[in-house]
Amino acid sequence: MRVLRLVSGRLFSMIITLLVISLITYAVFVLLPSDPARLSCGRPCTPERLADARAFMGYDQPWAQQYVAFLGGIVTGRTFGTGAAAVHCAAPCFGYSFQLNESVTHLILERIPVTFSIAVGAAVLWLIIGVGTGVVSAVRRGTTIDRAAMTFSTIGVSAPSYLVGLLGILLFGFTLDMVPVNGYVPLTEDPVGWLWHLVLPWCVLALTSAAVYARLTRGQMLDVLGEDYIRTARAKGLRERRIVGRHALRNVLIPVVTVFGLDLGSLLGGAVITERVFSMPGLGALLLDAVGNVDLPLIIGVTLFSAFLIILANFVVDLVYGVLDPRVAP
Amino acid sequence: MSADTHPAPPAPTRPPSQARGAAARQLWRRLSADRWALGGAGGVAFFLVVAAAAPLLSAIAGQDPYTYDLDALSDSGAPKGFGGGISAQHWFGVEPMTGRDLFAIVVHGTRTSILIGAGATTVSVLLGVIVGLTAGFYGGWYDRIVTRIIDVLLGFPYLVFVIALGAIAPTSLPKPLLLVGVLAIFGWPSIARVVRGQTLALKRRTFVVASTALGAGGWHLLVRQLLPHITATIIVYATIMIPSMIGAEAALSFLGVGVPPPTPAWGRSIGDAVGWVQTDPMFLVFPGGALFLATLAFNLLGDGLRDALDPKTRGLRR
Repeated sequence: MRVLRLVSGRLFSMIITLLVISLITYAVFVLLPSDPARLSCGRPCTPERLADARAFMGYDQPWAQQYVAFLGGIVTGRTFGTGAAAVHCAAPCFGYSFQLNESVTHLILERIPVTFSIAVGAAVLWLIIGVGTGVVSAVRRGTTIDRAAMTFSTIGVSAPSYLVGLLGILLFGFTLDMVPVNGYVPLTEDPVGWLWHLVLPWCVLALTSAAVYARLTRGQMLDVLGEDYIRTARAKGLRERRIVGRHALRNVLIPVVTVFGLDLGSLLGGAVITERVFSMPGLGALLLDAVGNVDLPLIIGVTLFSAFLIILANFVVDLVYGVLDPRVAP
Repeated sequence: MSADTHPAPPAPTRPPSQARGAAARQLWRRLSADRWALGGAGGVAFFLVVAAAAPLLSAIAGQDPYTYDLDALSDSGAPKGFGGGISAQHWFGVEPMTGRDLFAIVVHGTRTSILIGAGATTVSVLLGVIVGLTAGFYGGWYDRIVTRIIDVLLGFPYLVFVIALGAIAPTSLPKPLLLVGVLAIFGWPSIARVVRGQTLALKRRTFVVASTALGAGGWHLLVRQLLPHITATIIVYATIMIPSMIGAEAALSFLGVGVPPPTPAWGRSIGDAVGWVQTDPMFLVFPGGALFLATLAFNLLGDGLRDALDPKTRGLRR
């Protein structure tokens, strides 16, 4: 019952958030003076052809109606134009790129595996390295290991990922010739090539965040190790490994999960930067291309899709968190 | 702009004016004992001086960041000579393809970075303090809405949004102003959240209750009673925010949607260096090194300030 209330409450607030975010995004982007119809109208662009193009794309409507049509497209799909020239955009339709003659959803789905591969691998790596370093630092507090780890984390926090990435390309790619410097191989085609192309991007993207998590984990671990129940566990004669690994780590991980939920958005942003550094054809590359071509439907589609993705991911994190920690009120 | 979960400094228990004097002395004593923080402060001072004296410094070098020098380039567009064209004339070498002086570009880029970083931080702090203070103090539905907005914005993929927005914003709007604006929109929530939390804790304290009982108005309570107690926290968070704002601007310029050419910007130079990493690595090293050192200096100072203000947080190096 508690779980059901939790889920329905969170679900409701997520849907409200999605609506508000999409409304604001849509309003901002449509109200700004740019005209996709004019761009696709070709030359010479007579007023009639321009009006036709606007009507075809649905830009002749007031923006509130455009927004409703956009939302409707996500649920049921939509058709642009009529007759033989009509194009259909199947649900969930995040818009239609008239420049590329392709539905935005299709374009996004094509690119998603790349971005996911980068983001998921990097996140796993950063959690393992970050939490591991933090725990070791806290347990060996004041030793050379601790000082070295924290100095390294201060440096890692201050180094932008693209700078580290380019230095990594220079060192491991060109000088040592150990890993490929750019490109992407699908996992389904060549798992080894996939891994090989992703090793450097993962390390680069994980480094900065791992540094942040190492500091966070160390601070939390030091707090927890000072708690009474840890003293009790020690008094019971438990081994140190079990005290740290079971009793302390569990409570350390709660704030780490919270921060991780907040960082999902910047993980996506980091993936965008990483794609640029390593010339990988992911969601970020799609967005940057769309920006270069002023492909408005594609820009709006990718932006809203990213926002939806992050809010959905946050919803899941929130839910897992609420189920795991009984103190969280529904 | 990652979240920070360190506990906030405890509020002083003495009257604000007296407590502030003592707190400032204590702060200085702790800060001056922290070598790393002092180093960070030195670095920050250095970059501020460079930013302020950018035209002077490049005049001393006899260069400016806009003049092309095609004589310094080989036929392929790569700089001639050692280390990307380092010479008595070009201290950091030259930019590939254009031959513009890299020293002048890096020095003027300091100005761009610091101005946008400080501008975005200032706007974020102003917004964050106003919203956080009022939300924590007045509570109710206003607080609930604010908290919700903060939660959403903190988790938002802001980079994606800013890339898209920067590209289609009207060209009549100056890009640096737009950058400050959009960075601030995604920067204020972290400040507001901290200020709100502190305000919630403070408003139940005796001195606030007593002022209310004496008939003090909302403005007096907010500005004269509550604000002085959270000034220290605000300063710490502002110091920590500056490097993340500098990094965000550089990231956008790196992606080609930040500061437009020909205005020098570290991020854009690093972005241009992508294609030259193999042939001219020094073109990456100078702007990249400047960005890294400036970020490091601000981070060290911010960490030091935080440790000095709150003895309960365990310093990273103690």
